[in-house]
Amino acid sequence: MLLLHAFSQTASKDSTGFKPKKLTLDEVDLVSGYYTQNGDHSAIRGGIGSEQVTDFANQLELKWVGYDGRLRKNSLTAGMGVDHHTAASQAWISKTGASKRTDGLRLYPSLDWSRENEQKGSSISAGAYYSNEFNYHSIGLNAGVTQKTKTNGEFGLKLSTYLDQVTMILPSEFEPPGAYTIGRDGELKHPHYGSTGRQTYTASFSFTQIINTRLTAAFLFDLVEQHGYLGLPFHRVYFTDGTDSIEKLPSQRFKVPIGLRLNYFLGDAVILRGYYRYYLDNWGVRSHTASLEATLKLTPFFSVTPFYRYYVQTSANYFAPYEQHLQTDSYYSSNYALAAFNSSFFGAGIRLAPPKGLFNTHLATMEIRYGHYTQTTDLVSDIISLNLGFK
Amino acid sequence: MKRLKTIPLRVCLLNLTLATAAALGSCTPVKEYQKNRINDSEMSLSNRKVEKNELNFQSYREGSSGANGGKTGGGCGCN
Repeated sequence: MLLLHAFSQTASKDSTGFKPKKLTLDEVDLVSGYYTQNGDHSAIRGGIGSEQVTDFANQLELKWVGYDGRLRKNSLTAGMGVDHHTAASQAWISKTGASKRTDGLRLYPSLDWSRENEQKGSSISAGAYYSNEFNYHSIGLNAGVTQKTKTNGEFGLKLSTYLDQVTMILPSEFEPPGAYTIGRDGELKHPHYGSTGRQTYTASFSFTQIINTRLTAAFLFDLVEQHGYLGLPFHRVYFTDGTDSIEKLPSQRFKVPIGLRLNYFLGDAVILRGYYRYYLDNWGVRSHTASLEATLKLTPFFSVTPFYRYYVQTSANYFAPYEQHLQTDSYYSSNYALAAFNSSFFGAGIRLAPPKGLFNTHLATMEIRYGHYTQTTDLVSDIISLNLGFK
Repeated sequence: MKRLKTIPLRVCLLNLTLATAAALGSCTPVKEYQKNRINDSEMSLSNRKVEKNELNFQSYREGSSGANGGKTGGGCGCN
């Protein structure tokens, strides 16, 4: 409440008769998604075994908006996310697949504030984020500025940092004898998990431009530097001689993704949204991502959007499949997210946004989207998402 | 595993630069009253909220992320 009060400044009236407006709840968004996947290259088993995962994710976001005495628009957004996942491969943290704990919960609250000076066309923002799950904790902070140009453009800069702690859950065969016990419920018990740090620093640059009455573009460019423990301690690697170890990756990674978006309003009822990204990092991964959406406005308030996304990447220098790493390798991983592959993702969404709300309620927008994803590593997944927007 | 061949960085950067320059070079002045299409909510240059979970799973299952206005770190130690 103190925080809300701090942003709801009151100032004397100016000569234009403008009155400051206290922060009031402007928008509530609920996003839910159900994700399911299957594959047979589990990183926990060194690149073999079931990758069956389900994830039920929910995020609630509340946004307050107000104006101060200098005509500046203040926005405060509070978010809360709750995910529940199941993963068949978690059972194999135990060498024999004995662990019955194959699910987990993640909670991730966030708070973002922005102040927009509509007269100057500029804004500043700041945000904080926290994520907590059994084996991973993350604190995120960010700050950003934007500035509009006189020619319908806008520059943006956002600096972010994530300070993470990875819990050192090792595969059972690498724990000292007696470190693990199996409880009555079949769950692995370990009294002394340690943790280690991972830091991510990001500078995100953006430039958006209205090109004409139908075409807009955005140029996006990130510089991402990561330090610390960048693997996961329960990912196994099997060497050519049949022995195993845990994944070992460099403690530094530098990533450069560059993206371009183009949106085009075709005729009176079709919107084309295109996106392309090139990515490179110092682990040897290079990738291209291209996607296209075509929104068909069947009425001004009801639209259908089929989409297609294609992705291709090269392998990281440190990846090899099951039993193909040498004991003499400096770094090694059999996590197929670092393998060479390409993927396709396609599906469709529908969106309803009638001017008086759905069913004459505060429900202003409803969007449902389904997508089917396939990788050439044989990973297959499906996701269905729902967004309800209340005004 | 066989490494896939991709287009070299300099070619990609050149193409991106040319595409951006071509797009920006063809800018025409747009008045406020001409922005009815541009201001359509579906013309937003950011991701849809309903895409949030898709971007999450892609960043975990693929080796690259970023340049999409989304999160670039933190998150899950997922399986």
